[in-house]
Amino acid sequence: MTRRASPWAWLWLLIGALYFFVPLFATAQFSLKAKKDVLSFAAYQNVLGSPAFFQSFVFSFRTALLTIVISALLIVPTAYWVNLRLPRLRPVIEFLTLLPIVVPAVVLVFALIRTYNRTPLTDSRAGTYILLTGAYVMLSFPYMYRAIDTGLRSINARTLTEAAQSLGAGWGTVLFRVIFPNIYISLLSGAFITFAIVMGEFTIASLLSQPAFGPYMNLLSSSKVYEPSALAILSFGLTWLAIGLLQVFSRRLPGRAQIVGTK
Amino acid sequence: MAQTIGAETDLPTATPRTAFRLSWAWLGVVPFFAFVIAFLFYPALSIVVQTFLDQGRNPTLQNIRDLNQPFIISSYLYTIELSAVTALIGGALGFLLAYAITLGHLPVWIRSSILTFSGVASNFAGIPLAFAFIATVGVQGLITQSLKSIGISIYPRFSLYSFWGLAITYIYFQIPLMVLIMAPALDALKQEWREAAENLGATSAQYWRHIALPILLPALLGTTALLFGNAFGAQATAFALTGGGAQSSVVTILIGAQLNSDALSNPGLGNALAFGMIVIMTITIGLYSVMRRMAERWLQ
Amino acid sequence: MAFLDLSNIRKSFAQSTAVENFNLEVERGEFISFLGPSGCGKTTTLRMVAGFETPTSGTIKINGVDVTNMPPNQRQVGMVFQSYALFPNMTVAGNIGFGLKVKRQSESAIKARVDEMLKIIHMSEFGGRYPYQMSGGQQQRVALARALAIQPQVLLLDEPLSALDAKIRISLRNEIRAIQRQLGITTIYVTHDQEEALSLSDRVVVMSNGRIEQIGTPFEVYNFPTTRFVASFVGTLNVLSADVADASGKIRIDGQDIQAAKSVANTVTGSSITVALRPEVLSLNGHNTPGAINHLTGTVDDVMFLGPTMRVRVRLKDQSFQFDEFNNPQVPPPQPGQQVTVSFPPEACLLLADT
Repeated sequence: MTRRASPWAWLWLLIGALYFFVPLFATAQFSLKAKKDVLSFAAYQNVLGSPAFFQSFVFSFRTALLTIVISALLIVPTAYWVNLRLPRLRPVIEFLTLLPIVVPAVVLVFALIRTYNRTPLTDSRAGTYILLTGAYVMLSFPYMYRAIDTGLRSINARTLTEAAQSLGAGWGTVLFRVIFPNIYISLLSGAFITFAIVMGEFTIASLLSQPAFGPYMNLLSSSKVYEPSALAILSFGLTWLAIGLLQVFSRRLPGRAQIVGTK
Repeated sequence: MAQTIGAETDLPTATPRTAFRLSWAWLGVVPFFAFVIAFLFYPALSIVVQTFLDQGRNPTLQNIRDLNQPFIISSYLYTIELSAVTALIGGALGFLLAYAITLGHLPVWIRSSILTFSGVASNFAGIPLAFAFIATVGVQGLITQSLKSIGISIYPRFSLYSFWGLAITYIYFQIPLMVLIMAPALDALKQEWREAAENLGATSAQYWRHIALPILLPALLGTTALLFGNAFGAQATAFALTGGGAQSSVVTILIGAQLNSDALSNPGLGNALAFGMIVIMTITIGLYSVMRRMAERWLQ
Repeated sequence: MAFLDLSNIRKSFAQSTAVENFNLEVERGEFISFLGPSGCGKTTTLRMVAGFETPTSGTIKINGVDVTNMPPNQRQVGMVFQSYALFPNMTVAGNIGFGLKVKRQSESAIKARVDEMLKIIHMSEFGGRYPYQMSGGQQQRVALARALAIQPQVLLLDEPLSALDAKIRISLRNEIRAIQRQLGITTIYVTHDQEEALSLSDRVVVMSNGRIEQIGTPFEVYNFPTTRFVASFVGTLNVLSADVADASGKIRIDGQDIQAAKSVANTVTGSSITVALRPEVLSLNGHNTPGAINHLTGTVDDVMFLGPTMRVRVRLKDQSFQFDEFNNPQVPPPQPGQQVTVSFPPEACLLLADT
């Protein structure tokens, strides 16, 4: 069987590569033009030095961590019990996994605001923050669940639990010394996707008037010319870091990582 | 004697023990369900219900009828067209790229780099993506300027803030999504099917026409549906490019606008808009779901 | 002239040579097996006949036509794969008729041929089924029908039964042979299961490490192996080390003298040599057959009851061997620890070159 690549393959690769890289290149080039006639990192310096950047970044970063923690606390037990004892719930969960895609971000935030209107949830800072985090947990749920579920299935959690129990392990030992060490990689992969989603999210944050990174980026575009491009490159770099690390970790996992985020 | 006693004592303990275990399991999943209900299911359901209620909580179809305004209809049509176009073009290019890296016999490192990049690119959307395309094909963009320098002026016929401007920006995250889903589907095409087909006398074209494409069809259709939904639900990118102004044409922006002009506009209208969106997304994702199940059945 | 002629076939990859010095002539209608362990090159050679691999050197001729460089879709050979490789999007009828559809035959001709093939494999009611609705054995029969529908010059089967249950394997292999005989089609069958190869073939090609070890009928290959590999791969074999006692063929195994039928040429008295003995030629002293002048005495290590026979393992000083006894309900089996003597004729000794 000949192993030479077909010329068509190279053509499609070229088209794809161009489509992917030209905008990145253009953005990078644009971002270096802050100083007239000279390539410099001035735009980056402005962005990274601005307190607004720092505050919004930290805000989103903290929210991302909180989202990951809540998500994990909710989903890990659920996935574990579904795998172990409640296989009948599986179709229900599969259906729920599709819900966040059926209800896009803007509809979700619209529904949240309308439904909880005139409750403390929409009237106070803290309340809207709860809504924000709750919405983010919902956004991340399909990916988190799939990552953890795949991990549990690949290690055959049920058989492992039974084996451990037959050797005399109690529930604590089973959960912390048998199950968790084997799925923490799946957890990490779910965490990285969640992180990327939350950091880049705009729709929900802006409609809930939160001082997040997304709205900050948008705000900048109305006042500055070159800084938005620098931000775009930084944001891309951040996403690359998150997803890249995810790929590194999930290479140790079966199943593939699917990533869909803010549009 | 001891055995009989054992048998008798076994029975009563068995039932409460299993019942107890079951209840622990249910307890484990209740917080999760409560959360989903509170933050997704109940609000969404509430909106659907409210769509059919008026201010006085009486059932009505007026909200739906209010959708029948020219700018709303045109917005839906515009969004549908945009989603369809980007799903088809992005899907086609994505499929060809997925083909190239799986069956194209390219060097191995290319496949993993493209897949990793697709993972990043499909998530690189919203505001930063809009910025990137402004820098590329905006008025001061790299391509715009390069073309101008050789005498081709794409403006004002083309505008990044018009239909095709939005489309090519959307396609940037549609292509990688297609690649991510179709690459494994193409991998699942067994080498032996191709060999068996050749063995029976088929040419490459006949193999694709009679075997490979029919096998891939459910995955192709399903993923295209997913891409459609993906574009239909997008808001941030369009917002960044069009500024969310009143003349913006994407339904998602209209819904967002409803939240900001609450006191003035018809609250029922927002519900109806959201409802319309949910309906369209349900059909789309339903189609995707059905296709995926069919694909799995064949490729087991 | 041979119908299928493989001449000086050699296939090498970057780091290794998969097949070397392969020469074979197959008559029309013959059933040939390629038998050997994994990695011996049998599948590679088959794939070269099919056209999925090109030989590095050498020629392949089918019915006088040189097909060495011909693409697989022009060769008119039918292939049955280990994993069935049925097209999942087509029914059984669609699969079987595919080769004919590709040749643009008329619908009625295709239907007639498909019905004919379904009858041959005894699956006439299965025409509308899809592969995922059938068992492994059924899928493989459809795969066979699909390969035969195009009336190939040569039929190639690549370990077709490996993925199936033991019982199905036996019934299906007989079915394959019956169909092959009925159609008179030249066939090459690749397997690592020597029972399959021996029971089905007209001739067996035993391979190891990319080379042919021996070609012969099943009777020849089993009873008169020419190399140590063939002797140990085909059937069970006791392999014992011995010393040459004298030039007349007398050898010494663990201190006991044995007379072989042939003298060993070019050996020095006292040098070591290998003796091979099939378990079925050894018999317990109680069943003395004339001519069984050799005796070996040892202690019973283990007795395995196999149903129709018993396999007894006996320990000599440093080595052990196995022999088979028929299961006779009237005679109690030997017990571990018991002293036994087995006898065998000089012709049963296979003196082998140590490779």
